[in-house]
Amino acid sequence: MDDEHPDGTPPSGRPPLIHLHQVEKVFEVRRGAGLLRREKHQVRAVDGISFQVGRGEMVGYIGPNGAGKSTTIKMLTGILTPSAGRLRVAGIDPSRERTRLASRIGVVFGQRTTLWWDLPLRDSYRLVHRMYRVPDARFRENLDRCVELLDLGALLDVPVRQLSLGQRMRGDIAAALLHDPEVLYLDEPTIGLDVVSKARVRGFLRDLNAERGTTVLLTTHDLTDIEQLCSRVMVIDHGRLMYDGPLSGLHEVGESERTLVVDLERELPPIVLDGARTVRVEGPRQWLVFPAARSAAPLVARLAAEYPLVDLSVREPDIEAVIARMYGEGQAPVPGAADGPAGPGEAAVTGGETPARRPD
Amino acid sequence: MWLYAAVAAGGFRRHATYRMATVAGMFTNTVFGFILAYTYVALWDERPHLGGYDMSEALTYVWIGQALLATTGLMGSSFEEELIERIKTGDIAVDLYRPADLQLWWLAAVYGRAAFQLLARGVVPMAVGSLAFELALPRNPLTWAAFLLSVALGVLVNFAIGYLVALSAFWLLDGAGVVQVAWLSGLFFSGMLLPLTVFPGTLGEVARALPWSSALQVPADVFLERRTGARLAEAYAFQAGWALVLLAGGRVLQAVATRRVVVQGG
Amino acid sequence: MADGLRAYALIAAMWVRSTMTYRFSFAMTLLSNFVTTGLDFVVILLMFGHVRGLGGFSFAEVAFLYGTTSTSFGLADLLLGQVSRLGRRVRDGTLDTLLVRPAPVLAQVAADRFALRRLGRITQGLVVLVWSLALLDVAWTLPKVLLVPVMVVTGGVLFGSVMVAGAAFQIWAQDGAEVVNAFTYGGNTLLQYPPSVFAGELVRGVVYVVPLAFVNWVPALYVLGRAAPAGLPAWSAFLSPLVAAALCVPAALFWRAGLRAYRSTGS
Repeated sequence: MDDEHPDGTPPSGRPPLIHLHQVEKVFEVRRGAGLLRREKHQVRAVDGISFQVGRGEMVGYIGPNGAGKSTTIKMLTGILTPSAGRLRVAGIDPSRERTRLASRIGVVFGQRTTLWWDLPLRDSYRLVHRMYRVPDARFRENLDRCVELLDLGALLDVPVRQLSLGQRMRGDIAAALLHDPEVLYLDEPTIGLDVVSKARVRGFLRDLNAERGTTVLLTTHDLTDIEQLCSRVMVIDHGRLMYDGPLSGLHEVGESERTLVVDLERELPPIVLDGARTVRVEGPRQWLVFPAARSAAPLVARLAAEYPLVDLSVREPDIEAVIARMYGEGQAPVPGAADGPAGPGEAAVTGGETPARRPD
Repeated sequence: MWLYAAVAAGGFRRHATYRMATVAGMFTNTVFGFILAYTYVALWDERPHLGGYDMSEALTYVWIGQALLATTGLMGSSFEEELIERIKTGDIAVDLYRPADLQLWWLAAVYGRAAFQLLARGVVPMAVGSLAFELALPRNPLTWAAFLLSVALGVLVNFAIGYLVALSAFWLLDGAGVVQVAWLSGLFFSGMLLPLTVFPGTLGEVARALPWSSALQVPADVFLERRTGARLAEAYAFQAGWALVLLAGGRVLQAVATRRVVVQGG
Repeated sequence: MADGLRAYALIAAMWVRSTMTYRFSFAMTLLSNFVTTGLDFVVILLMFGHVRGLGGFSFAEVAFLYGTTSTSFGLADLLLGQVSRLGRRVRDGTLDTLLVRPAPVLAQVAADRFALRRLGRITQGLVVLVWSLALLDVAWTLPKVLLVPVMVVTGGVLFGSVMVAGAAFQIWAQDGAEVVNAFTYGGNTLLQYPPSVFAGELVRGVVYVVPLAFVNWVPALYVLGRAAPAGLPAWSAFLSPLVAAALCVPAALFWRAGLRAYRSTGS
């Protein structure tokens, strides 16, 4: 959807909505050492991150557990104060003017609800209406829209604690949008949801971004979320931004591989096919891997022509695997994964320099 | 059986990790011990031998009370709130279908906790109290063992009451309100605020006959060697009797609640 | 401040509305709250069944102390009691969800689960207070008459300050709720009895360190025509509003410091 700036550059002439420059977050952790002694040591949860997000962008923010995703989101919402660096959302310094920023952003934490646990969904919405001072007509319009698109009609009078995870997530997303936020942060919005709920949530977010131009920043473990929603993805690991660009570039850079699972009519010797290699054979089923950046179609066509094919499926690499491949084998980090001032347009795969990764 | 031993050990260990909470609890028990002790001094100054206790026995009673407050769970134990929360969220359905018995499971956890609380929050306030005031400690070393058995039965009775209170969340809306009422009644009728032997006439007789007296009045009297020989056996029978009745009541309520969960489909 | 009060009113109203849909259940919990919070007064009644005075104070005088502190504590508990759950909120991470709303966190925490059943304690305290006023043999003057309502309100402010400071303390010590109980519930229990019952150090601590003595001891002893505790001058009875206002300042600063610490450590 962001065809003009596939590399994540904000639309020219408009200031970025989210702007981070060399942002750091250092935690002091006390660890029990012996019965009474406590040792202090520092953890750099976010270690000098710079990026910009333009208005109307939809960006995936991914990385392994403990990489610093949630810490970043918490700094962007004003929950946490950065230890160093400069951070602006809609021109506001979140940690200084947290409550002023609050009415301009929406936040959904996948793991914990922002709804009032013991009260019906409807009461939470009514409270959002008043607390955010949403004009009546606007509120009703937004609520009707959310109720319809997220299928909340039957749930409005159910106490939140009785909702299933998927229902609650939909309820939370609605609550985060009733006040027309400019930015929506979603922390693992599809975690634990069933396939139908996931599809519904994704569809809703896509429409929201297309129709309202709401800027969306989402963290996820599910590559499908990114594929279906985000034109741009940022990878963070050990508190550092390792990659910033389109998803396809991530596969290229990470040399990640997709897997073709092929069911043949009978047991056969390992398939030989140009552009793919067979990694496993189990009876009539064989596993072939090929570079994720390459299209699967020609491979499938040749397979179908040359082998007695019964069934076939393509497995995407998961993010953990991609990242592990990127950095686990001692490779240099991705060019453009900005260290230093990443101006607009620099934060792309095509950048030239290769910043060294600071040892942990 | 091993399962429940493991659950009890888990309960002990779990509470042992709450270092801050334990220290905070010791502090609060000690503060309340001092406040109550001074009011008792004022009372027993005016009326020596009130309720059959002399001054040092009355003060010992205060500090036993503080030592047992967390152990018996009179001070609103976390288990009730946890169980209520599981009922409210519907997680209880999972527990009911587990191969372990719900009541025994929670009882084991409560015993684990009680053992830890007796060591941590029982010993320290008692020690502070005995430094600040002249207490009447048992003359016969066997009394300590008799006291511990009585405390164990007190924990059992108080657990049985708490279990009934928590299960009421299946039918009542305001779980927190019920817990608070049960907690305040428990404090009063256990003798935590004033020994039940000081309660006059019928009120005293009723209070001493109610199950809550098992949690403090009875163990305290065992500690003060007011109940020895046949009177001691009587005390145990009283506690065990209430425990049986209340635990059985809990079973009935649990059965009804289970049927309800099944009917509603969890 | 205005934002905070508005948010408080909005959240509290929502909770009231939701409990009022079950009127019978509400009436029952209110009634049982009224009865059970009065059990500690029953203890005082039972004590006076055996003695004529406690620490040199008559039943009416002790009832007066009980009525004033219980009403004050009830007011603070109704309006701010929920802040004692802050430690739990820090532990389970739900404090984060309050920080992303456009309203002061204190207002949101204090109004959470606002429950009118807590009126039970206030009513109970007031009943004892009125009863004691009927029994007391006091030469009423205008300042003494005025001091009674002032005492109840400033007492509420004093307890409230301690509750807020205690909540802030729990940001650092998430499991420290019980320490706070020692000052709130413990303070309330202490103030139900005359200062002459307690050791001098304890009384001085409550006058000069954590000035809860100004909830009722200092003004109430003036009303009762007795000497102020811990060697305070008689006119100190009229200082309680000042002391209450003054205690709000460190409580508020402590709260801010706590919130700032949370936001820079994330706990």
